[in-house]
Amino acid sequence: MSGRTVLRVARAVFKESVRDRVLYNLVGFAILLMGASYLIGQLTAGQDVKIIKDLGLAAMSVFGLFIAIFIGIGLVSKEVERRSVYSVLAKPVRRSELVVGKYAGLVLTVAVNLAVMAAVYYAVLGYMGWIETEAFKRGWEAPAADPRLLIAVYLVFVQLALVIAIALFFSTFSTPMLSAALTFGLFIAGHFGADLKNFDVVVGDSPVRYVTAALYYVLPDMAAFDVKTAVVHAQPVTAAYVAVTTLYGVLYAAALVAAAVVIFSRRDFK
Amino acid sequence: MSPAIATDGLTKDFPVGFWRKRPYRALDALTLEVSPGEVFGFLGPNGAGKTTTLKLLMQLIFPTSGRAFILGRPVGDLAVRRRIGYLPENPYFYDYLTAEELLSYFASLFGITGAAQRARVSALLDEVGLGAERRLQLRKFSKGMVQRVGIAQALINDPEVVFLDEPMSGLDPLGRRDIRELILRLRERGRTVFFSSHILSDAEALCSRVAILAGGRLAAGGRLTDLLAREVRGWELVVAGIQTEALDRFAPRLAKATAIGDGRYVLQVPADQPVAALVGELASAGASIVSLNPVHATLEEIFVSRVQAAGSARTGALA
Repeated sequence: MSGRTVLRVARAVFKESVRDRVLYNLVGFAILLMGASYLIGQLTAGQDVKIIKDLGLAAMSVFGLFIAIFIGIGLVSKEVERRSVYSVLAKPVRRSELVVGKYAGLVLTVAVNLAVMAAVYYAVLGYMGWIETEAFKRGWEAPAADPRLLIAVYLVFVQLALVIAIALFFSTFSTPMLSAALTFGLFIAGHFGADLKNFDVVVGDSPVRYVTAALYYVLPDMAAFDVKTAVVHAQPVTAAYVAVTTLYGVLYAAALVAAAVVIFSRRDFK
Repeated sequence: MSPAIATDGLTKDFPVGFWRKRPYRALDALTLEVSPGEVFGFLGPNGAGKTTTLKLLMQLIFPTSGRAFILGRPVGDLAVRRRIGYLPENPYFYDYLTAEELLSYFASLFGITGAAQRARVSALLDEVGLGAERRLQLRKFSKGMVQRVGIAQALINDPEVVFLDEPMSGLDPLGRRDIRELILRLRERGRTVFFSSHILSDAEALCSRVAILAGGRLAAGGRLTDLLAREVRGWELVVAGIQTEALDRFAPRLAKATAIGDGRYVLQVPADQPVAALVGELASAGASIVSLNPVHATLEEIFVSRVQAAGSARTGALA
């Protein structure tokens, strides 16, 4: 696999998706929501900064998720459906390079989007910190523009990189609509890892416990990436936890991209 | 010299049906060769297997059996793709890239970068008549303009072999003329052009050789001049000095007799009539033979007869 070809494909995906109006709308909406969270904060005495922190992180996560799913599902299936893939694959490009390049391009797009949203987020929080009196700020658990919030933003990014891999995987063999449904379904199911793990307490020695145990290990553990509550309430998130979670996300995404490459490489474009 | 393109028993089955999949043969044991420097017309009605063949040559689909080679190497070889260009049928590109950006991206995939890339992209956009629209996003392009971009991207690497799937599709008469001229320029530069079409006038104007595909099978093929010469659909006989009553005796054996003045007649003789015997009998009846010429079938007539023959053979095989 040629790294240069992957980068060239990734650059084209980035350029195309950044210009896609859907993306502008979503980013605009995210910014709007953060503005709204500030207004809500104005109405809530004493809890305003916490609400802004919470809402801001949730907005980044939700809008990042929409970008990852709705552009991710089209990465391959839209190319195949519209036949733009024909011209690309007639060039000296391996199918694996195209798939990996597309993945890298969208990960880059999501990273830039998160960076823009984080910048707006910190600007709002910085403003909050600047207008409040020192006496008022003494009641806060953490400063407004707390750098530890970046840990949550970073893990949202790792989670979205995994979501893109899921969307890419499904889009190599199914339609955009089905890919969206499956990706979203897997994202939701991935939040119930702890319930699946403890299911044996409910069902006892039934064979169902083996199914749920298997599901627990197979489904992506999306809850692991969610440290929003911890950082907003100034609870510690260790470097080891961040490293292990990152490694988990990277390995899971790599396995999905590898599976997508295998499927895509064998596919007939009818 | 090895052929520019060669296929050997190339066959493709597609599974059809929802529950119980059964194979549908889209291409059946296609064997053909295209020499370097040729403009080769790949003709056939819709659904004949033209696009399937091109997709097999581009490895967009994989053959059920048989092999294909381009420039002496298997089609899967990445090095082959550095030397070829391909225009898909009804091409579609990225909505939010400009024509210039798309061509630059495709050029970069061949390792063409920097000043060489800018020069190549600019020259090609001018060549296909899109110089003024180079900075327009592709979603604002008409179908004909997208087709022109498609042709430009197929030539981005100055390919030795160019594959064009229905290149005239979506183009107005001026656009079709431009593309015809472009194909002729490619031929002058010694490039091999393999193009599929169901517009026979284009094939007649451009091709040195053609293949006619019908029902997934090769129905006819060869040099265009040979193919047209081989197919005699009758004779045109000009006679003089024969009385009308005498000529009437020959009427059942003629398709048509037209008086052209000065006692001369143009006689249309069907291909199934023994023309030599007829000429002898006319001479005995007092006619002098002015000229005798075979009437060749047009490409369209050959096309229709071969496609119909292939259609009835397929129906017979299925019955």
